[in-house]
Amino acid sequence: MKKYYIYGSSYRIFTVFNYIILFLAAAVCILPLVNVFSISLSSPSRAVSGEVWLWPKDFTTEAYKWVLRSSDFWKAMIVSVKRVVLGTSISMIITILCAYPLSKKKEIFRVRTLYVWIFFITMLFSGGLVPTFLIVYYTGLIDTIWALVIPGAVNTWNIILMLNFFRRLPEELEEAAFLDGAGHWQILFRIFVPLSKPAIATIALFTIVNHWNAWFDGMLYMRKSFNYPLQTYLQSLLTIDISRYLTAEQQNIVAKLSPKTIRSAQVFIAAVPVLCVYPFLQKYFTSGLVLGSVKG
Amino acid sequence: MLKTADVKTEALRRKGNNIRMSTRSLHLMLLPGLIILLIYNYLPMGGIVIAFQNYNIGLGIKAFWQSEWVGFSHFQRLFSSPDFTRALTNTLFIACGKIVLGFFVPIIISLLLNEVQVKWLKRSIQTTIYLPHFLSWVIMAGVLREVFAMDGVVNSLGHILFRAEPNFWLGDKKLFPWLMIVTDTLKEFGFGTVIYLAAITGIDPTLYEAAIVDGASRFKQTIHVTIPGMMPIIVLSMVLSLGNVLNAGFEQIFNLYSVPVYETGDIIDTLVYRISMQSGQYDFGTAVGLFKSFISMLLISLSYWLAYKLADYEIF
Repeated sequence: MKKYYIYGSSYRIFTVFNYIILFLAAAVCILPLVNVFSISLSSPSRAVSGEVWLWPKDFTTEAYKWVLRSSDFWKAMIVSVKRVVLGTSISMIITILCAYPLSKKKEIFRVRTLYVWIFFITMLFSGGLVPTFLIVYYTGLIDTIWALVIPGAVNTWNIILMLNFFRRLPEELEEAAFLDGAGHWQILFRIFVPLSKPAIATIALFTIVNHWNAWFDGMLYMRKSFNYPLQTYLQSLLTIDISRYLTAEQQNIVAKLSPKTIRSAQVFIAAVPVLCVYPFLQKYFTSGLVLGSVKG
Repeated sequence: MLKTADVKTEALRRKGNNIRMSTRSLHLMLLPGLIILLIYNYLPMGGIVIAFQNYNIGLGIKAFWQSEWVGFSHFQRLFSSPDFTRALTNTLFIACGKIVLGFFVPIIISLLLNEVQVKWLKRSIQTTIYLPHFLSWVIMAGVLREVFAMDGVVNSLGHILFRAEPNFWLGDKKLFPWLMIVTDTLKEFGFGTVIYLAAITGIDPTLYEAAIVDGASRFKQTIHVTIPGMMPIIVLSMVLSLGNVLNAGFEQIFNLYSVPVYETGDIIDTLVYRISMQSGQYDFGTAVGLFKSFISMLLISLSYWLAYKLADYEIF
C-alpha cells in the first residue's frame, strides 16, 4: 500500500511527532517493568535511596537467592503449575466438547437454542461472591486444587471463539465423513480438532495465562496459606509488612536485603512464565481475536 | 468431474432432511459443561435468597431454606448506609473514567500505528504495548507500588524535573481515582488496539486508491476512508462498554488501595468483599453484591440488544 501514499512536508512533520508519541506510549508500558527489574538486582542501600533508574546499581543477585531459597515460594510455585496443567486441560476439553454441538445449525440440532440460552444467561448474571463461595464450600472443594480448576472450567467466551472457528470449516467435510459412517465423536476428534489447531492453541495459551495470573480464587478458597498458588502467595506478601512474619534468623537476612529489592525480585519471578509464553501468545492472539469477533 | 465425496454429498442433499444424524452424542458432549454450569453458576444464582434472610451459617446447608426471612431489610440498610453511597459514587466515577479513556486511547494509538511504515518498528511497538495486558494485577500492583513509592522513580523524576516534594501517590485520596483510571488504561490500551488494527487491515485497498485519484492527502484518507472503515467496530466497542459501568476493576483497586483512600477509592466490589469475607456478614454482603449484579444484568442486556440493533452483532 506504500506506493499510494501522498507525502507532503506536513506529513513528514507529522511522522516525527507520530514516532515521538508512539515511543512514549511504548516507554510507559515497559519502563516501569525495567525499573523494578533493576531494583531487584541492585544493592538494598542504593535501591532505597531512589537512585536506581533503568540499570542496576551495585549489581547483586542476593534478593533472587533469598526468594528462591524460601520453601513457601516453591510450594506456591508447585500449586500454580498444578492448576495450570489441570485447569487448562479440563477447560480445553470442555470448551471443545461444548463448542461442537453449539456450532451446529438449528436444523441439525434442534435444541441448540435452549442450550445457547443456558450458556448465555451465565454471561448476564451471576450469583455473586458469597453464594459462589458457599457452593464451593458445600461441594467440598475448599483447600483442594479443584477449587481453582472446576468452578471456572466453563468459559463461555472461549466456547464462542471455538464454535465460530468450527463453523468456518467446510460443511462438505462433515457430510462426507458422515456418509462414510463416522459419528459425531469421530467427526469432532478426527476432522474438526486436527483442523482447528491454531484456534485451540490460541485458546489454550490464553487459558494458561489466565490460570497463571489468577489469585483471587486462591485467596478465597484456600484457607491454609501453603495451598496458595504463586500469585496469591505473592499478593499476600505484597500487602503485608514482610518483616513481621519472619523468624529472627530470617529477619537478619532481610535487614541486609531490604524488602524493596526482595519484593521486586518476587514480582519479577512471578512474571517470568508469562514473559516466556508471550512470544507464542503474540503469534496467535491476533488471529484468535479476529476470528472471535467476525461471525462465521 | 465430480469427486466421490461430491457425489455422496449430492446424494445426501437430494434426500434432504430425511437423513439426520442422531443428536444423542451432541447432548452427551454438552453434559460435562452443563453439569459444571448447573453447580457453580446456577446454584449460586439460587443462593441469592440469603440476601433476603438472616442467614444462619450454623444450620449448615439447611441455612439456605431454614434461615429467618427478613424481606428487603438488608436493602433498606444498604440504601441508608453512607459506605454504600460512597462506594457507588466511586464505582461510577472510576468505571466511567476508565470507559472514556480506555475508549479513545486505543483508537488514537491504532490510527498512529497505522501510519508507521517501517514494519519491524511497528511490530516492536506493538509487542511492547501489548505486554502489560498479560501481567496479572498482582504483578502490576507490585510494579506500581515500587514506581509510585516515596523512594520510587516517579518521585525522583519529579524532584529532578520540577524540584517537587516527594508525594505518597497511592495514599493521596484526591489522586487515587485518577491513578486507577490512568494505570488501568496504561495496562490495557495496547491490547485494545488489536481489534482496531484488524479492522484497518480489513479495509478494501481500492478505497484508498480511489481517494488518491481524487487527490486526498494522507490526513484526508484517514478521515474519509480509515475512520469510516473502523466505525462498525468503534460503535460495537462503545456499546459493549455500557456493561462495564459498574465494573471499576476489583483486582486493580484491591491490590492498590489502603484505608486512607477508602473515601475516594472504595468501590462496590471491594466493599462486598470486606463485608462478606472480612466481617463475615454473608447475608448483607450478598445483598450489596446482588444490587450490583442486578443493575449490571440490565446494562449488559441493553448493550447486547443495542449491539444487535446497531451493528448486527450476535454473540452466539
